[in-house]
Amino acid sequence: METGIPIQYFLVVSTFMFFAGIFGFVTRKNLITMLMSVELILNSVNINFVVFNRYLFPGQLQGHFFSLFIIAVAASEAAVAIAIIINIYRHFNTIDIEDVDEMKY
Amino acid sequence: MTVTQIMFYIFATIIVVFSVLTVTSRRILRAATYLLFVLVSTSGLYFMLNFQFLAAVQLTLYVGGIVVLIIFSILLTSHINQKFEPVKPSKIIYGLIASISGLVLCLTTVLQYEFKASTLAAQEINMRIIGKSLLSYEKDGYALPFEVISVLLLAAMIAAIVIAKRNKKSTTTDNNKQ
Repeated sequence: METGIPIQYFLVVSTFMFFAGIFGFVTRKNLITMLMSVELILNSVNINFVVFNRYLFPGQLQGHFFSLFIIAVAASEAAVAIAIIINIYRHFNTIDIEDVDEMKY
Repeated sequence: MTVTQIMFYIFATIIVVFSVLTVTSRRILRAATYLLFVLVSTSGLYFMLNFQFLAAVQLTLYVGGIVVLIIFSILLTSHINQKFEPVKPSKIIYGLIASISGLVLCLTTVLQYEFKASTLAAQEINMRIIGKSLLSYEKDGYALPFEVISVLLLAAMIAAIVIAKRNKKSTTTDNNKQ
């Protein structure tokens, strides 16, 4: 490989990012910070797709295109999630998940 | 040590340090800024791997779109100087158990497996190839996921507008009550 960096290094970085996201998803109580943890998880998966594409199957472009599609899915997911969060804030005046415990009104 | 290796180590350190800071920082706006650093250095990794188009998409969509959206919603829903309460120790312990056990499992698997790097010449990526394969329906064409994504984006846009719109009926009844 022309970059001179073993594939495992990239995978270790993305693994750290993934489990930082898991840790944040478990410990955070604010809805927006939980959304940020989900973005971290999606981004680490993207790194894995791209690195596998470049190192193991350089003649094809599957990893490249599927990371593009994952980025699009992440964008639409963030838009809908933030709309829901703002609606929750209007109803309850907070976005702390421990205070949001009724399903409607 | 070549320049690319130095660049890789810089990007890797930024990603690891700031992704941990993103999930542990107690000020929400700082957490969003750390997320920004993580996403920018991820796009740096894509540039290193010669995926220029993907890196540009990462910069414009993630950094320019999602992080800005998150920061706007932070400004709408909380005070800038608000500090979170410290997390309960039991929650931290459960989170650490979940993430560290998963981390150890994944790292041992990744480091033990012997990846066979392909010796094929890397496929050249330019805009012509990307556009052709996004719209072709033959072998190595991605017309179906492309169309599905376009429908998904339309649905997400309509859903975001409908959900975030203020409900007219309830506001008028509230006014009547007052």
